[in-house]
Amino acid sequence: MVENRPLLTILTHLTLVLGVALVIFPVYVAIIAMTHTQQTLGFTTPLWPGDQLIPNLINVLTRPSPGRPPFWVMLWNSTWMAVIIMAGKIVISIISAYAIVYFKFPFRLVAFWIIFITLMLPVEVRIIPTFEVVASLGLLNSYAGLTIPLIASATATFLFRQFFMTVPDELMEAARVDGAGPIKFFIDVLLPLSRTNIAALCVILFIYGWVQYLWPVLVTTREEYFTLMMGVQQMAATAETDPMWNLIMSATVLALLPPVLVVIFMQRLFVKGLIETEK
Amino acid sequence: MVRTTLAAGLAALAVSLASSVAFAQTEIAWWHSMGGELGERLEQIAADFNASQSDYVVVPSYRGEYEESLVNTIAAFRAGEQPHIVQVYEVGTGTMMAAKGAVYPVYQLMADHGSNFDPSDYLPVVTGYYTDTEGNMLSMPFNSSTPILYYNKDVFEAAGLDPETPPTTWEEVESFSQQIIDSGAAQCGFVMAYTGTWLGTENLSALHNVPYGTLENGFGGLSSELTFNHEIAVRLWEKLKEWQDAGIYSYGGPAGGADNAPKFYSGECAIYMNSSASRAGVLANADGFEVGFGMLPVFGDVEGAPQNSIIGGATLWVLNGHEDAEYEGVAEFLTYLSSAEVQAAWHQATGYLPVTTAAYELSQEQGYYEANPGSDIAIRQINLNPPTENSKGVRFGNMPQIRTVVDEELQAVLSGDKTAQEALDSAVERGNQILREFEAANAQ
Amino acid sequence: METKRTTFPNKALPYAFIAPQLLITLVFFIWPAAQAIKASFERQDPFGLSTSFVGFAHYTRLLQDPLYLASISRTIVFAAAVTVISMGLGLLFAMAVSRLIRGANAYSTLLVWPYAVAPVVAGVLWWFMFNTSTGALSYVLRVFGVAWNHNLNGTHAMILIILAAAWKQISYNFLFFLAGLQSVPQSLTEAAAIDGAGPFKRFLTIMLPLLSPTTFFLFIINVNYTMFDTFGIIAGTTHGGPNQATNTLVYKVYADGFIGLNLGSSSAQSVLLMLFVILLTIVQFRYVERRVQY
Repeated sequence: MVENRPLLTILTHLTLVLGVALVIFPVYVAIIAMTHTQQTLGFTTPLWPGDQLIPNLINVLTRPSPGRPPFWVMLWNSTWMAVIIMAGKIVISIISAYAIVYFKFPFRLVAFWIIFITLMLPVEVRIIPTFEVVASLGLLNSYAGLTIPLIASATATFLFRQFFMTVPDELMEAARVDGAGPIKFFIDVLLPLSRTNIAALCVILFIYGWVQYLWPVLVTTREEYFTLMMGVQQMAATAETDPMWNLIMSATVLALLPPVLVVIFMQRLFVKGLIETEK
Repeated sequence: MVRTTLAAGLAALAVSLASSVAFAQTEIAWWHSMGGELGERLEQIAADFNASQSDYVVVPSYRGEYEESLVNTIAAFRAGEQPHIVQVYEVGTGTMMAAKGAVYPVYQLMADHGSNFDPSDYLPVVTGYYTDTEGNMLSMPFNSSTPILYYNKDVFEAAGLDPETPPTTWEEVESFSQQIIDSGAAQCGFVMAYTGTWLGTENLSALHNVPYGTLENGFGGLSSELTFNHEIAVRLWEKLKEWQDAGIYSYGGPAGGADNAPKFYSGECAIYMNSSASRAGVLANADGFEVGFGMLPVFGDVEGAPQNSIIGGATLWVLNGHEDAEYEGVAEFLTYLSSAEVQAAWHQATGYLPVTTAAYELSQEQGYYEANPGSDIAIRQINLNPPTENSKGVRFGNMPQIRTVVDEELQAVLSGDKTAQEALDSAVERGNQILREFEAANAQ
Repeated sequence: METKRTTFPNKALPYAFIAPQLLITLVFFIWPAAQAIKASFERQDPFGLSTSFVGFAHYTRLLQDPLYLASISRTIVFAAAVTVISMGLGLLFAMAVSRLIRGANAYSTLLVWPYAVAPVVAGVLWWFMFNTSTGALSYVLRVFGVAWNHNLNGTHAMILIILAAAWKQISYNFLFFLAGLQSVPQSLTEAAAIDGAGPFKRFLTIMLPLLSPTTFFLFIINVNYTMFDTFGIIAGTTHGGPNQATNTLVYKVYADGFIGLNLGSSSAQSVLLMLFVILLTIVQFRYVERRVQY
């Protein structure tokens, strides 16, 4: 980093290797489980790979699935849902945070708290009334119904608020001196500065949309809108018989791949941000 | 150019209109909680029905597990989007029955839409659970099960026990298990799903012909109270604690007990008590040993035991709020569903009970039970005796919550925090509070 | 709440910016939340067919219930443990990764995976590892003489859910700490290094203070997460047991509302939970934000 301290670097790597190993262990268990039969998984938790990887994958991807659409359809739905939520949340949150931080207007504090309070009422309790609202708007079985209600949350707004507070006032004053209005300032100065935060949010929000289960189950009754998580659950949940662990784990690991792709894609932005951010 | 395009467009429009008229079928929405392979079989039933006629299309939709599906149904009902048919688990019966404005009772549906529907076609214990005090069937039995006993024949043999003789009393369970452990054939004697609830109090009471609650186990009205803290339950719960300490019994978790199955499949425990519907899974997963079947054990010194066991599983409820024409289709579908062929096939494939006598007889004719030993234990167990008011089933509002309380109290006993009597008394007290809350919420 | 010294003078523009989020919030959150609050004063059957106003009956019953009160202290313990573990480890990993030039991408990618595992499945994975008969980790523990049994031992069960809940959040915290660390201008740390400050000193005097806005953000979000989003993990592993040992406030809301279908009581519990967290957040903003350096 700044100076060359090999010992510290080795220690850093060691910490990370150990830490990552511990953190990834459950995922490792899932990947191993993907390579065994249902029978094996019925009485043990194997730690070494078996030989059922290809059969399980083929099974999960091509299994005729009455009652749910093909794997690809669910993948498509989940992807769109996650992308829309991610983009939607970031867009409305960043402009809200901008308004709250950089403008003084009546009811500013009230607006902030109204937005902020969305973090504080558990979803299970408002899910039935929210469903009624969505149904009355005719949004059942639609991407709009799947995504818009989930966009209303304060995490991103709060994060941007925190970040904007750290941006030096001098920058804004300099822009005003240059004759730039608020919109120009936002686009030319703030947005580039927010790059790393936006990247982090992209990852988090994509995954947030990706792993939703309860809401999609309520809002979609037509197969063509089912999401991947619903498909996984449908394989897993069996009232009085044993779940097909091998298939569930296979589907789960497959479902992990798109978020990982998003992370890798965002890494580039992280690194770019590192080189270019010099305030 | 324009004219031909226009003509083509009109022709296409005409064709599409014609096809939509020709294929306009009434859709019937069927919400269920059968995932995995069970779900696939359910879909097959619907597909077969759809293929057998052209007026109606049954569209099944998986809505999550029983709890989630019920919440979904309630939300949908409140928003006016409810399905025609919904599969609700047996412990939701109290809630569904109390929802008089939401439910279209099956007997009424069948009477209104002219199907020759005779409740006596159904097995008495099955219908008993779902009929009101006047004998009217409120919901359609579909997947009913009852708990039985599975055991590891290989371990029995290795321990010097007769592999064809399952234990029939708790005393035998104890002595067999002890012998098994002493001989080293397995590490523990038995595991038990729904230890506190479906098996350990509800079926326990039914099998020994003692009441689980007042007013005919709750069938008589919402003001019933729980009485399952009787001496038989105390005796079993005390024994469970003893057996656990001795390694004869191993607790596998609340409700179905997720830890139970692996212990049986790996051969660690020799006996496994669970739903008859687990049969297919047990046979598939038993790692290299032969599985035997038996009935639930009872206390040998109690007169009249075993009386008969009660059912679990789920039934199909029909909801209000749809068109008459659609209900015609629902009635037709439900008739199809309870035909002997469909029920026999479903029963044989899944391990659920055949809900009609005809289906049972058909399976017998087909030689199914000879070819699959042990597959009729469940039916024989529910038919042991004509059901008494203690063994028709249980019907209490908020039963899922009551079961949670009972599970908690059992955990207190097994971890040594309470005696069996204390725990059962506490469970009854807390359960009664829940019942009063239900009564107040559903006061008509 | 802190604000900027200088702001833009526009009057109408801010309203335009804040309108979309406010609109969605009002329609899809405030309105349903109001319904839920209203339901907390009513007693109704699940289908909504018979509703009666009962005033504060649910609330008084809850506050007099010793089980509910025990649940409060349990939740605080749970929240504190999960927040400390997940924030601590997240920060540690972020610091480590930000020091590296090689391998940073690989580590980052791997560390995000736990967050991408659906709660539906996360519970199952932890069961695979810890179940008393075949779990890999419970086997290891037995080798060390610990008879792991989260089905009957309340402490074990609590440890299990703390680990499971913290595990998911480590990725989240790691990601934002990393973003925060990478926003610290290199010129500052370089200058300090030239002045002779070692890496730890640099961390304490420069990076930690500059990280404080992110830390504050994560502190609030993490507490929120433990208070509201953890019922899925508990439902997938211990179901609130054994004997209430892992019955946190939010799990009770889920159990009473979803399983018990007692919408009145679970709404009342949510309102209480919401008030509790609002109070907590106000306290955090008032007393902790002071120490944040913007």
